[in-house]
Amino acid sequence: MRVLNKMTLNYMSGAEAVIKALVDNGVEVIFGYPGGAVLPLYDALFENKKIKHILVRHEQAAVHAAEGYARSTGKVGCVLVTSGPGATNAITGLTDALMDSIPIICLSGQVPTHLIGTDAFQEADTIGISRPCTKHNYLVKDADKLCEIIHKSFEIASSGRPGPVLVDLPKDIQLSNVKYVNKISKIKKLNNDYSSNIDENLINKVANLLLQAERPIIYGGGGIVNSGPNASKLLTELVNVLDCPVTLTLMGLGCVPNTNKNFLGMLGMHGTYEANLAMHNCDVMLNVGARFDDRVTGRLNAFAPNSKKVHIDVDKSSINKVVSVDYGIVGDCKEVLSALLQEVKKLHNQKTVKSKAKWWSQIKKWKDKDSLGFKQIGNNIKPQQAIKSLYEKTKNFDTYITTEVGQHQMWAAQYFGFSKPNHWMTSGGLGTMGYGLPSSVGVQIAHPKSLVIDISGEASFLMNMQELSTIVQYKLPIKIFILNNEWMGMVRQWQELNHGSRYSESYTASLPDFVKLAESFGINGLRVDNITNLEATIDEMINIKGPVIADIRVVKEENCFPMIPSGAAHNEMILNSDDNNHDTSNEGLALV
Amino acid sequence: MSVYQKNEVKEVETSRTLSLVVDNQPGTLARVIGLFSGRGYNIESLTVTEIEKIRNLSRISLVTRGTSMTIEQIKSQLLRIVPVHIVRDLTLEGPFIKSELALVKLVVKGANRVEALRIAETFRARTLDVTLSSFVFELTGKPSKLDAFIDLMRSLGDTEISRTGVSAISRGEKTETKLLDQI
Ligand SMILES: Cc1ncc(C[n+]2csc(CCOP(=O)(O)OP(=O)(O)O)c2C)c(N)n1
Ligand SMILES: [Mg+2]
Repeated sequence: MRVLNKMTLNYMSGAEAVIKALVDNGVEVIFGYPGGAVLPLYDALFENKKIKHILVRHEQAAVHAAEGYARSTGKVGCVLVTSGPGATNAITGLTDALMDSIPIICLSGQVPTHLIGTDAFQEADTIGISRPCTKHNYLVKDADKLCEIIHKSFEIASSGRPGPVLVDLPKDIQLSNVKYVNKISKIKKLNNDYSSNIDENLINKVANLLLQAERPIIYGGGGIVNSGPNASKLLTELVNVLDCPVTLTLMGLGCVPNTNKNFLGMLGMHGTYEANLAMHNCDVMLNVGARFDDRVTGRLNAFAPNSKKVHIDVDKSSINKVVSVDYGIVGDCKEVLSALLQEVKKLHNQKTVKSKAKWWSQIKKWKDKDSLGFKQIGNNIKPQQAIKSLYEKTKNFDTYITTEVGQHQMWAAQYFGFSKPNHWMTSGGLGTMGYGLPSSVGVQIAHPKSLVIDISGEASFLMNMQELSTIVQYKLPIKIFILNNEWMGMVRQWQELNHGSRYSESYTASLPDFVKLAESFGINGLRVDNITNLEATIDEMINIKGPVIADIRVVKEENCFPMIPSGAAHNEMILNSDDNNHDTSNEGLALV
Repeated sequence: MSVYQKNEVKEVETSRTLSLVVDNQPGTLARVIGLFSGRGYNIESLTVTEIEKIRNLSRISLVTRGTSMTIEQIKSQLLRIVPVHIVRDLTLEGPFIKSELALVKLVVKGANRVEALRIAETFRARTLDVTLSSFVFELTGKPSKLDAFIDLMRSLGDTEISRTGVSAISRGEKTETKLLDQI
């Protein structure tokens, strides 16, 4: 039968159909790890010349790699894992992608349909487990629906607010004989259609509001990155036309060039003093593609208390979720920004715009506090200085930065300058230690010629360091820049500030010798513990053609400032350790 | 809600009846329920049954409670679920009918049997099963009417209750036909 049918055009095995559907949806790279339940798919990949498979060393890393690939290219990232443990290992990655709105397709193998529900070998209820951590998921029970489901998955993953979609593929479906169905037109999603007809009236009101504002601020987030590079250009132009201050969330860094004179730096828990104070004191706030995350707002009842708020978001449920706004505009950032910019320009010519001189001079005073200032004293390397030097040395390259989670992540956000979107990959919503190294794999695969650096902490690095093997296998010249403070620094900092310096289990004991570790993988390891050699070490790292682990020994007990203590408001920032006479409230103590 | 408590004046919570049209496929109901449990929203009643074979659609009637901000949030969150096509807020839309069916078993002997039958008649309940020591009544109507009936039955003897949950529909000639044709 099979042989006969194969001769008829468009008949093929389910596995072959899946791979063909991936190709038809533009997939060039897939990150995966094989196993019993996906052998037919691996067989189909074996014969396929159009898709490059990257063999990771852990399924969590496959998803993070796909995230790095997706976020640095704007394409959908693709993952292939086996049933049971393969699928459960992918769960952290999927949750990470859901929180940060990254388009991912995850194909998982499953036991054959007739064995589902029998606790068969390597069976897990993947659909049940992944339901709350995917935008949508499918169990393919009917081979006739296979192609359609794959096509739909791509559309769901990449449309509206992007996110991960999992397709669970029982082995018998992979082996069955199916007729290939081409990609069909758009699926309709009735109510959820944020339709591109933007309410002109609303745009006019918002444009007026912005032009009439005395103390406006624009606050942009990851939605701008997801909307594509054009959205960033439009935002920057809007900022320039209005000549108003702009701040970006952790996920939005790069959407306005760091060199723009109106850019106040990142806002939020470890944002700059000027960004947070401007948020607190503004009279009009325009939120573009951000979601009023608790890391950004601080205590809600004291959040920008005297302001009119406008929120642009592609996801209607983001509007009025935690902060009630005066105007909500549901739509894709670039479309709304383009309409808004046009209207602002039109009105700008007709009306006298309120002077913002007073506002700018106030902001200048906050800036003068130099909240990111630090003193590099003695020989020991301050982590802030390490990032600053790294930025200076790499800013003329096409540099992509990924990070792990912790103090080093915040220092990277504070001291590295991002001039373009899609060049900064970090785990924002979920805060996943171990994200950065596999993510850098995906980024480097997508941009083989670019300089890709994982800014890491020694503890986070240990979480997915098996990916060194992947890096070596594919000769990826990734630079792993470890700010080694021998502590889970961020945990230690919170214990110092909130738990009477009782450092319970936050010391990273028994660290490997990172240089020897590098050498054991046949790559270069560097170490520096002295400020005088820092720049030379960074130069050396950049000049080495292959991958490098750079063990940057930094001051061990440095804290990350400025900081909005948990449960505090924007205007209650502490600037440094001496400033810490703030008692964390009981409610604050309960916060994460 | 965020982890950061709002110290503002508490907004009043009201009961809302939502009517959803969803794809009748495994997982849709799990996603809807998972949304409520995962985000800590209330479900007071939920019913689901297929309403169309050809297009494979089901109706979910759902009664929930919350402030208007929470309800708006619930509605937008429901719409993010891929197989959820229509979310209507019947309470907000205008007059609507809410109806429920209850099966009530009453174990009762002696004089109370007459009393039970008299109450059943007043409520226009149907008697579906009779033995010398028990009845099964069937009653449809507003949930509050069912509550009242069940309370009375409980005072007469041992009871066992099975209720369907609320099914709801708007009054007047408005239908969803046009909306459904776009699915
Ligand atoms: C998977 C995971 N487990 C635990 C945490 C909690 N956590 C946040 S930061 C941190 C310490 C990170 O240490 P390190 O990587 O050395 O970075 P540093 O803060 O020292 O720069 C921990 C344990 C987390 N974010 N992710
Ligand atoms: Mg550390």
